[in-house]
Amino acid sequence: MGKPTKVTNSIRALRFANDEMTQADLADRVGVTRQTIIAIEQGRYSPSLEMAFQVARAFSVPLDEVFRYPENNE
Amino acid sequence: MSFEEKGRWAYMIVVLIVSAVYFAGVLGQVGVIPVSEIGYVRPMITAIIATIVATIVAYIVVAISAPSEADKKDERDKNINRFGESIGYSVLGLLILLPLGLAMAEFEPFWIANAIYLAGVLAATISSIVKIVAYRRGF
Repeated sequence: MGKPTKVTNSIRALRFANDEMTQADLADRVGVTRQTIIAIEQGRYSPSLEMAFQVARAFSVPLDEVFRYPENNE
Repeated sequence: MSFEEKGRWAYMIVVLIVSAVYFAGVLGQVGVIPVSEIGYVRPMITAIIATIVATIVAYIVVAISAPSEADKKDERDKNINRFGESIGYSVLGLLILLPLGLAMAEFEPFWIANAIYLAGVLAATISSIVKIVAYRRGF
């Protein structure tokens, strides 16, 4: 329960690079609650593949510019 | 805190308060009068109905306090709910062995009914705790 995800993300940096987009704005674009965006940003929730694509689309960048997974199962 | 998380808190608090009042009132009579004479049926039915009604009222109050978030529920909420329910069902499956054993040993219906109610209360409480921890610490 509550295992930390190995997936890291650049959502915070991307938000600031996109006119300081708020978490609420991103949540509206993706169609989720603000709390879910906060949880993803802080690494407390690993989103589904579909939601991950939606987040990437909100920033108009490829998926791997938003989410990364460590190599060699570190 | 999202609407769904507030709802989990509300449900858990309602379950704990109502069951505490019920058990204090009914189990307080054990040892005072014979178990077979304790009127537990009406208080238990009242407690179950009170839990349902109070939970609905609590959800309405939570929704009114933050109307913009009232109808928002996403995949994280659904996943956390599913996870918590699966733990709750496992707990219920284990705890239900207690009233089963009491019935096999031909205990008074009073003890069997209350053991079932207790199993339900504990399963609901543990399920709620699991969901709240998942919301707080990550999932």
